[in-house]
Amino acid sequence: MTELNHLTISDALEGLEKGDFTAVELTRANLMAMEEARGLNAFVTETPERALEMAAASDARRQAGEARPLDGIPIGVKDLYCTEGVRTMAGSHILEGFTPTYESTVTANLWRDGAVLLGKTNLDEFAMGSSNTTSYYGEVHNPWTLADEPDARLVPGGSSGGSAACVAARIATASTGTDTGGSIRQPASLCGIVGMKPTYGRCSRWGIVAFASSLDQAGPMTRSVRDSALMLTSMAGFDPMDSTSVDLPVPDYAAALTGDIRGLKIGVPKEYRIDDMPGEIETLWQQGVEWMKAAGAEIVDVSLPHTKYALPAYYIVAPAEASSNLARYDGVRYGLRVPGDSLIEMYENTRAEGFGQEVKRRVMIGTYVLSAGYYDAYYLKAQKLRTLIARDFEEAYKECDLLLTPTAPSTAFKVGDKQDDPIAMYLNDVFTVPANLAGLPGISVPAGLGADGAPLGLQLVGQAFEEETLFRAAGVLEEAAGFTATPALMVGEGA
Amino acid sequence: MSLDQATVARIAHLARIRVAPDEAEALQKDLQNILAFVEQLGEVNTDDVPPMTSVTPQALRWRQDNVNDGDKPDQVLKNAPEQASGFYAVPRVVE
Repeated sequence: MTELNHLTISDALEGLEKGDFTAVELTRANLMAMEEARGLNAFVTETPERALEMAAASDARRQAGEARPLDGIPIGVKDLYCTEGVRTMAGSHILEGFTPTYESTVTANLWRDGAVLLGKTNLDEFAMGSSNTTSYYGEVHNPWTLADEPDARLVPGGSSGGSAACVAARIATASTGTDTGGSIRQPASLCGIVGMKPTYGRCSRWGIVAFASSLDQAGPMTRSVRDSALMLTSMAGFDPMDSTSVDLPVPDYAAALTGDIRGLKIGVPKEYRIDDMPGEIETLWQQGVEWMKAAGAEIVDVSLPHTKYALPAYYIVAPAEASSNLARYDGVRYGLRVPGDSLIEMYENTRAEGFGQEVKRRVMIGTYVLSAGYYDAYYLKAQKLRTLIARDFEEAYKECDLLLTPTAPSTAFKVGDKQDDPIAMYLNDVFTVPANLAGLPGISVPAGLGADGAPLGLQLVGQAFEEETLFRAAGVLEEAAGFTATPALMVGEGA
Repeated sequence: MSLDQATVARIAHLARIRVAPDEAEALQKDLQNILAFVEQLGEVNTDDVPPMTSVTPQALRWRQDNVNDGDKPDQVLKNAPEQASGFYAVPRVVE
């Protein structure tokens, strides 16, 4: 039998229901894997006691015939989601030891449906980064290694790097991430798992540490498309506590996985063929097109003319919103306080010591673009570009139902690379940022391995609130790709 | 666009982040590179384009202006770095 920590959500639910094993046994297997894989630094806080308590309660519910949709499934939660009584530090020194007295809506939804908390996963500080190297609590390592340099350590991508690594390494059955510019989809691609960003407004942002409020969305990270659908069905839903939460019924997303995409129109945007794109990514993309065509989809060439402006627009909008959201970390109400002779000096000392370099850069850029005399030239201009980018998608969706693109411009790079130049790091998100700016749902599906032996994903981007179509096509892509490779630093042997 | 040291110091103060003299130069360079990168947007004519104000086409909801939470000072102060008599304590502000 497959080791329990290797099971997908759907297989684990089946085994639990048949009585092949208990939720406590499943949780124990995952906790053991967590211990064994500590070297990856995927978790910043482990909650084994709570996990076993939740698993025992789950077993009791199942025995009483009251099992819920995700009952007994052990998950990792990105340390950006507030969890009542469990410290939540956002990868930052400034929130060291912060212990919320409330629970985020999305995690509350997951506990309502029976999921089990294994611990809080590492991330880039305040979710700002694409390699999980900006965390105050140390970098995360990707469980994948290079074929010809097995001792070199690779980044897992970011910002949801711990969440991606723990699922890929078979520590957690699934995890939650957040995606502001690609922070779910890019690490999913680099770690060979499925990462899904829902439409803006699908999942409540309440209780999730805010980075850029008009872009942030919670979403699932899993080892299969079906698991992604199961997780989102529990995570999504209207929440009066989030003013941008959308009051729409949540469908049973797994039911959308019919495997039939005949007649579906899939757009291939020519502007995503960027300079210097590695040949293997171009080849994989073309392969993806062939797979969809073979499954009966119609391929349409489309144009998104403002694509090249998405990243610069993002690097105005996201820092501007971050500078405003992060103003609350002043050493008064929670977190770190560094004394000073006056109140202002205390603020300045606290924020100098509490924030890392990347966060300081972004807060300062945001402060600058919002400051008197510069607002129109930068922030207003970026919001106008955002309108044009959203219109590009609207136009494209007159001709197709979905878009197919690469997820990231490369496989995972080595820890330490791209650290000297912020812009080089920002380019990791070139294919993912446009969907955030337009609020659209997107999913990354593992599609193959690069020549270096590390995984590569393909991305599907859908229309607003059309997650069912997105999952349906992603399921077909997953089936066609038949990705079964496993990372070298995975815990256990697998099937 | 060139960002001089005085501007970097002004932004740092507005952002309430102390910048040590030995950090200032590297920070100036990074900020300048980022601004040069985002200035590509100037290539696009946006004269008749409205700025995006809402990602999804929906208006903010109304609700009754009622008290629906509160009366939990212990929870509110639980993570305070310093507190006194049920309040947050800070350095003296008014002499």
